[in-house]
Amino acid sequence: MKAQLSQRHLLGIRGLSADEITHILDTAETFREISEREIKKVPTLRGRTVINLFFEPSTRTRTSFEIAGKRLSADVINVSSSSSSVTKGETLLDTARNLEAMSPDLIVIRHPSAGAPHQLARVCRASVVNAGDGAHEHPTQALLDALTIRQQKGSFEGLRVAILGDLLHSRVARSNAHLLTTLGAEVALAGPGTLAPPEFASLVEGRSLRVERRIEDAIEGADVVMVLRIQRERQDKAFLPSLREYAVHFGLTRKRLELAKPDAIVMHPGPMNRGIEIASDVADGSRSLILDQVANGLAVRMAVLYLLGGGAGTNTSNPTTRVKDEAGTAESQSSKPAASSADEPATEPLRAAVSVGGTGTESSK
Amino acid sequence: MRLLIANGYVIDPTQGINAGQDVFIEDGRVAAMLGRGEARPEGVEIFDATGLVVAPGFIDLHTHLREPGQEYKETIASGAAAAVAGGFTSVCAMPNTDPVNDNPAVTSFIVEQSQTVGLANVFPVGAITKGSKGEELAEMGEMKRAGIVAVTDDGRPVPSPGLMRRALDYARGFDLTVMDHCDDKTLAAGGVMHEGEWSLRLGLRGIPALAEETDAARDCALAELTGARVHLAHVSTRGAIESVRRAKASGAQVTCEVTPHHFTLTDAACEGFDTNTKMNPPLRSREHLDAILEAIADGTVDAIATDHAPHHSDEKALEFDHAPFGITGLDTAVALALDRLVHRGVVNLERLVELFSAGPARIFQLKDRGTLRPGAWGDVTILDPTLRWTFDASRSKSKSRNTPFDGWTFQGAAVATIVGGRVVHRREQSAAVVKTKS
Repeated sequence: MKAQLSQRHLLGIRGLSADEITHILDTAETFREISEREIKKVPTLRGRTVINLFFEPSTRTRTSFEIAGKRLSADVINVSSSSSSVTKGETLLDTARNLEAMSPDLIVIRHPSAGAPHQLARVCRASVVNAGDGAHEHPTQALLDALTIRQQKGSFEGLRVAILGDLLHSRVARSNAHLLTTLGAEVALAGPGTLAPPEFASLVEGRSLRVERRIEDAIEGADVVMVLRIQRERQDKAFLPSLREYAVHFGLTRKRLELAKPDAIVMHPGPMNRGIEIASDVADGSRSLILDQVANGLAVRMAVLYLLGGGAGTNTSNPTTRVKDEAGTAESQSSKPAASSADEPATEPLRAAVSVGGTGTESSK
Repeated sequence: MRLLIANGYVIDPTQGINAGQDVFIEDGRVAAMLGRGEARPEGVEIFDATGLVVAPGFIDLHTHLREPGQEYKETIASGAAAAVAGGFTSVCAMPNTDPVNDNPAVTSFIVEQSQTVGLANVFPVGAITKGSKGEELAEMGEMKRAGIVAVTDDGRPVPSPGLMRRALDYARGFDLTVMDHCDDKTLAAGGVMHEGEWSLRLGLRGIPALAEETDAARDCALAELTGARVHLAHVSTRGAIESVRRAKASGAQVTCEVTPHHFTLTDAACEGFDTNTKMNPPLRSREHLDAILEAIADGTVDAIATDHAPHHSDEKALEFDHAPFGITGLDTAVALALDRLVHRGVVNLERLVELFSAGPARIFQLKDRGTLRPGAWGDVTILDPTLRWTFDASRSKSKSRNTPFDGWTFQGAAVATIVGGRVVHRREQSAAVVKTKS
């Protein structure tokens, strides 16, 4: 396994190579199994501190990052602030410097303003993970979508993906457009004229991305249909006349889905507005992978925290290895009783700290 | 006081001078232009300009000095110091202070404050409407008596075409130029950068070029209708340039300025979310930048102005969405123009001098400025067009540091600034030295 990513932060998909993306997906695949164990924890990031810094309400992404960190044994702290720096009177950078003073290893940031993670990354020693910045990027969402697609379709080359809805305000659409086209998929975008400007085709340079006026034209022959959440507040800003009209003209219904390939899959980043952008029978239908996406989200975030958190530099080649093996004793992986007792951090805190302390110092550059 | 700027190469488009000459300044005004070999006056201070270009004092039509009200960003003193350090002998102070310069009391305050400071000439520009709210006309006549040279609601353009028409009619009666910041706020719709592939990519709300172009077209049409003098500030789009070109061809009294950042940077500079790339009008795409360069070369552009907009670093440390619009410009404008326009062959030195001196003086009808004609004010900008230097924003005389050009290396600089016959700035590492003849 390749040791690390070329960059210290994960700020966006744009700029990642196909190899790097594949590497993250491969790593995530190995982490999936941990969540199926009885004891869902490995010591990979023990002694590391992860701060989840959320300036926007989020249940799914924050919980996913929190569980991902905890399953890797990191200390995870959630800091939520609903207000932006303007209303709070403290700048984002001051907030960042204050957190820095507590020496976190990773900062996961969700922010309503595009670029906030980039500004943070410029002043922080910690690795910064973008968990969604304004309408810019949401890289772990695109990675989990890709993992889900790969599990179903095997590869991306020539795969036809439709992304439907509010593209203008969607960081999910942007990250996915970069990721999927980088891996060789053909992406078609569509949505209402106010939310799907034709200029979107220039988002990626020299790769296959097109914008369709009718959503039917994007769905036609698709292998994957990805539906974006419609943000209800957009209605007030004259982007949409009504949600009712949106549902009729732009919602993914069973009938529209028939235009896609017979084995097409349906995805949605959540939370869904049932009956608006997606009909309930489609969301709950056999082609829907919406819950697989959630499970994969956890694996992808574990992989990202691991790859950026220094865990990748440890002297073991397998990040999913149990505590016992990390300690480098002569006992083999198959030594079940020993492994399970060591998997329980509370019972042997001292030993665990020693084992990670040793590997940790080697990993820090 | 008698000063002889000797041994320099004089470029003064107003007199068609492009030759080695001496400039003799007496009692604050140009007394004579002396050819090589002509007898020099006795007992004068000599400024040796050997190897340097001597030009009429540069005038910035578009400066935010922030005083009164926002002295933490800039004061008249710090702004004037930055101006002369950058080669400007005169700056025109925008009215969006706090309170707004919409009455003669504020105008008088700015005039008096700048006289106390000395250094650069500061010409106040008054508001078009009270409080720049776009509702009622401000007292232009009274402000003119107190010292304004033009009117504008810069930053908060008059939204109503009807009121703008009245403003032009009224301003014409006082022989005041109306300067407009073209920006239809309904089209700009809260945008923070140019609308185009980069705004889409970065997920930042875009300001379409059209927001500027519709207002520019409106103003040009109103200029034709009213016969008033209309000056379009910081023109940044192809369409706005087209409107100016057409209006000029039809004989309307329309002029325009462009900024160094708009002829140097494109919207791609916003990629790293550096808030020092956020200004209004925003950095445009390549297509617009090319149109600006074309218009500079073909004479459509009348002046280069800085739109010097100082902001405190705490304000610029906010998210891109929330950071204020604007960058400083007095330090780098002349260097960028020499580097990007002259050395790259867009214009020659003579045209560059015109864009910084005679051009702006004509737009605001600044009498006896922008020329070295005998009798004119003894304002002189001395250039070293070949000097290579690196800009260090931390050494700026401005109170603010919000510039995207920190650390840039330029070829060409203003090396000395003379206001009313007084040497108010001299660059240390330049060849210029002041000697007093015994």
